[in-house]
Amino acid sequence: MIQVTNVSKVYGGKKVVDNVSVTIPKGQITSFIGPNGAGKSTLLSMISRLTGKDSGQITVDGKEVSQWKSGDLAKKVSILKQSNHISLRLTVRELVSFGRFPYSQGRLNAEDEKFVDEAISYMELEDMQHKYLHQLSGGQTQRAYIAMVIAQNTEYILLDEPLNNLDMKHSVQIMKILRKLVADLNKTIVIVIHDINFASFYSDYIVALKDGAIESEGKTENIIQSNVLRGIYDMDIEIEEINDNRVCVYYG
Amino acid sequence: MTYKAKLGLLAAAAIILVAVFLFIDLGGNWDYALPRRIKKVLAIILTGGAIALSTTVFQTVTNNRILTPSVMGLDSLYILIQTTVIFVFGSFTLYKLGSNVNFLINVGAMILFAGILYKILFQREGNNIYFLLLIGMIFGTLFSSMSSFMEVLIDPNEFQYVSDKMFASFNNVKTELLILSVIVVALTLLYFARFAKYLNVLSLGRDQAINLGVNYDYVVKRLLIVVAVLISVATALVGPITFLGLLVVNVAYEFMKTYRHSHLITASILISIIALVGGQLVVERVFTFSTTLSVIINFIGGVYFIYLLLKESRA
Repeated sequence: MIQVTNVSKVYGGKKVVDNVSVTIPKGQITSFIGPNGAGKSTLLSMISRLTGKDSGQITVDGKEVSQWKSGDLAKKVSILKQSNHISLRLTVRELVSFGRFPYSQGRLNAEDEKFVDEAISYMELEDMQHKYLHQLSGGQTQRAYIAMVIAQNTEYILLDEPLNNLDMKHSVQIMKILRKLVADLNKTIVIVIHDINFASFYSDYIVALKDGAIESEGKTENIIQSNVLRGIYDMDIEIEEINDNRVCVYYG
Repeated sequence: MTYKAKLGLLAAAAIILVAVFLFIDLGGNWDYALPRRIKKVLAIILTGGAIALSTTVFQTVTNNRILTPSVMGLDSLYILIQTTVIFVFGSFTLYKLGSNVNFLINVGAMILFAGILYKILFQREGNNIYFLLLIGMIFGTLFSSMSSFMEVLIDPNEFQYVSDKMFASFNNVKTELLILSVIVVALTLLYFARFAKYLNVLSLGRDQAINLGVNYDYVVKRLLIVVAVLISVATALVGPITFLGLLVVNVAYEFMKTYRHSHLITASILISIIALVGGQLVVERVFTFSTTLSVIINFIGGVYFIYLLLKESRA
């Protein structure tokens, strides 16, 4: 279980995350939503130890993140940030193989290769696995990175805006794969997401942040409500029900 | 061509050049010339290898293909120390000091300086690697300005000694220094071996490296220490020549077309040896010592650097 207790982070005198406490439910998709600069990505970075925290506690399976050995935590928690610009000459398969580093330290054995194969077929990248990353489109690159995270085979998967730069088809594809990861492999997934309709359709739990603090949190159906969303985004959002799903209409 | 074939090709070229260097025009002077040439070749292999390895590591850690460790200002510090000794005590003192002491002073000062830089860098979180480069550059400029200031004040005869130190030269390498350097470099390599496996992951960038379980600050700090020690030894042994690193590492990238550091490092070390031995041959046989090796290396390196900048700006 990931438990965040009274965590704060200050950048240049400004509190970007202010005394946040939240418990991430296991075996579900949790979405962090909220306006720009609400501290969603910073919170995710702190949970995954990419960024240090100034105060408070974050525990993964009962152990404080800073107490974990980095190599061991890499088998528990994986993180994918939104900008992954690298100039290396890497094929898709080589990138995915990097996901096995916590287990193999760079020397892949047969079991590692099996995980890499599975991750590649999970993301439907078989026919382009020997292509170089710089030959791929943004969506394909994103899928390759997600395949790498799948190969890392961690219980917790943290994704910072995984749908950034993706078209509708690939966005839906990736969200469906995330649901499948939860259903098939009982992963716990946390995503930072801007499109509240994707959050509404695909997540079980929503944590809404605003100005570095938690504005509201709860099961998806309790958060996707006009009055709750008004508190988060300061705008009136109509909710329509279509086939048991709530759609937010916020265009006008 | 497979990676093995490419590496074999480079190794063959390096061995042939070394053989040519050792045996060309040897005549009947085996006893006299051969030991001297062997010593020279050893110095070349040592510095070339040290610079190739440290530049590869440095570029991976900084995720930047157009940097050399010289931006940390170690070369300028070396020249400053030499100039200061000559400025304050005169060239005679430098001569009397003996090359051993001079070598130790230089290596010690450079490693100390790098240590202080790293201390500043890792003191608080949020200082990134570019902060280190910026501070290193500023100090490097400061050191060169101080050196030039002293250079214009000293006696022209004394300046001759300074300018001798400003360019790398393999012509007067002392045997005892060579042995000392080999020991230091060997120990450094042993230490480096523990961290070598992280290099591929580090080239994915900080966030990915941490995600994959690399204790980032710890590993980067130690790798940077390895870089500083190697550069210091190479510079103190033959003079400032880090520009060579930029050249050979980029050629290695272009030639090997891989991200694997085991291949890249081997290739860059071999290319480095080829460039230095080849360059030295040209200096000795074509220019008959009328120029120095670093002039040639800097010229070729400079042209290649401009080409790289143009290429990168188009990409």
